[in-house]
Amino acid sequence: MKIAVCIRRVPDTEMRFSIGPDRQSVDPTGLKFDLSDFDGYALEVALRLKESQGPGEVVVLSVGPESTLEIIRKALSIGADRGIHLAAAQVPFDGLAVAHALAAELKDGGFDLILFGRMATDTGNGTVGPMTAELLGLPCVSAVSALELAVGAGTGTAERELEGATESLRFPLPAVLTIDEGIARPRLPTLKGIMAAKKKPVESRPAALGSIRLTIATLELPPERAAGRIIGEGAGAVPELIRLLRDEAKVL
Amino acid sequence: MAFDGVDFYQLDRLLSEEERAVRDTVRAWVDEHLMPVISDYYIEGKFPKQLISGMADLGLFGANLPEEFGCAGLNNVAYGLIMQELERGDSGIRSFASVQGGLVMYPIFVFGSEAQKKHWLPRLAAGKEIGCFGLTEPDYGSNPSGMITTAKETKDGWVLNGTKMWITNGSQATVAVIWAKTGAIDDPKSIRGFIVPTATKGYAAKDQKGKLSLRASDTSEIHLEEVHLPKDALLPKSGGIKSPLSCLTQARYGIAWGAMGAAMACYDEALRYAKQRIMFGKPIGGTQIQQVRLADMLTEITKAQCLCLQLGRLKDNGTMTPQQVSLAKRNNVNMACECAREARRLLGANGILAEYHSMRHMANLESVYTYEGTHDMHSLILGQEVTGIAAY
Repeated sequence: MKIAVCIRRVPDTEMRFSIGPDRQSVDPTGLKFDLSDFDGYALEVALRLKESQGPGEVVVLSVGPESTLEIIRKALSIGADRGIHLAAAQVPFDGLAVAHALAAELKDGGFDLILFGRMATDTGNGTVGPMTAELLGLPCVSAVSALELAVGAGTGTAERELEGATESLRFPLPAVLTIDEGIARPRLPTLKGIMAAKKKPVESRPAALGSIRLTIATLELPPERAAGRIIGEGAGAVPELIRLLRDEAKVL
Repeated sequence: MAFDGVDFYQLDRLLSEEERAVRDTVRAWVDEHLMPVISDYYIEGKFPKQLISGMADLGLFGANLPEEFGCAGLNNVAYGLIMQELERGDSGIRSFASVQGGLVMYPIFVFGSEAQKKHWLPRLAAGKEIGCFGLTEPDYGSNPSGMITTAKETKDGWVLNGTKMWITNGSQATVAVIWAKTGAIDDPKSIRGFIVPTATKGYAAKDQKGKLSLRASDTSEIHLEEVHLPKDALLPKSGGIKSPLSCLTQARYGIAWGAMGAAMACYDEALRYAKQRIMFGKPIGGTQIQQVRLADMLTEITKAQCLCLQLGRLKDNGTMTPQQVSLAKRNNVNMACECAREARRLLGANGILAEYHSMRHMANLESVYTYEGTHDMHSLILGQEVTGIAAY
């Protein structure tokens, strides 16, 4: 089986961040970057399929600047076989522009399955996977939480978690899937894997980005929460609390 | 939020991408597998055996030995970072890995025959064999040259007799590297190393009870009574007290890094607590006395980090001396002891609970202060180095 996994470098979302002076981007100073969480699940799914389905190849692709190579090498250290870096000075916010670059690369790659994370953990858009599928003319299932393939028959079944229900979808291969968290616990890179990653092939070529029609106008942090007020203690404070909730906060 | 290290001087920038990747993967493993269980095992006084296979899968044993023997072939800075991250979890777990890699795999690698290396190293790297290192004896700790364990050559092999003490992993080991005198009892030049499968008749190990430190690690006494070994049990290239001491240099190098991990864990815990714990209407981190504690810890950790990084670079370019390792072991373990104690004090009453980590580290580090060359012995090694006069 030949599987492509499209991955993305994102800031560690546990860290505090600030908005850059251009008011359109996150200030990268002091931030740590890593593989987007959902992409980690997608990679794990690909590696497990390769292990269970016999001989095959897992190829990781990523669009972005030079620093993108770090997460490509991380994916190789976790177990992917080779990497393709589609070089672009920046990753455009417009998912369709990125999808064009990926589709151009994937078109003649002969992949049985093309996997994405459900969304990038920084933009939270979740558009690139379905758009790439559309450009390639392939079926797409988004937010997959369980997967079964019948490779011989060239079909698969994917589950999606809905509010209070599970949806099961059948699709023919090749297909594009975007993977939700929890489908398979991602493995850690082993020390040997880290050493081996250096020897695995990574091709780098310019990304054939589509036209960028969507750009960020401004980014703003939510307003700081005002400090709390103590209006009194015990039962004596209740009438004043009720008055404030009614007249000031207008929630009663 | 997960542990994120301490890096006040941007020393991360001096690490290669690969070195950072190694550190991060071990850090993630410790968070995922060790941190959730360590307090319980410590209290019960048990080594968490179930973690061995995961450590082996990650490649933690003998990670700086070559790939041809099933090891990761890392440089020594990356190896040091592994020790740092393991001891951030617990000194006992780091001790386990130190012994397996630095004191069992290393001597087989350096003093062993090709056949011994091919047989033992891949099995030890995979955690299929657990090793221990038998040098210290009940009456010979800081003075190992005086050992009284003997190996007598026979027609078809060797016979070992003696007692070893304070042996990490002793009772769970499947193989022991035992040091014994092959000649006169007052001749330290006759000290040689032997590979002893612990199932051999006459080998017996029992755990030392009542430890108040390194409780999540097995420490044992080993009795060797007429232990018959074949000729090829001898490590052919070992000879004299220098051989086991060179192993200790490896292990001490790892300890210098490891102690830093414990200190970082304590600082991290103290800092978080200081920001959250409200007393007299404000976080205790806003009081001068706790700020002095935190500033002292941060300063000592940062100095220790500079020391270790340069020591690692020296080791990688082949110019590191044992005395430089002594300085780092002495400084870093001592400062880690201080950090752990101050962190415990900053935590107030909560600091005595196993739910927090500082007191566990504090108790562990007292062993680390004493083993692998006591703090005092390293003072004397350095004293001898600069004056040319041995004071011991």
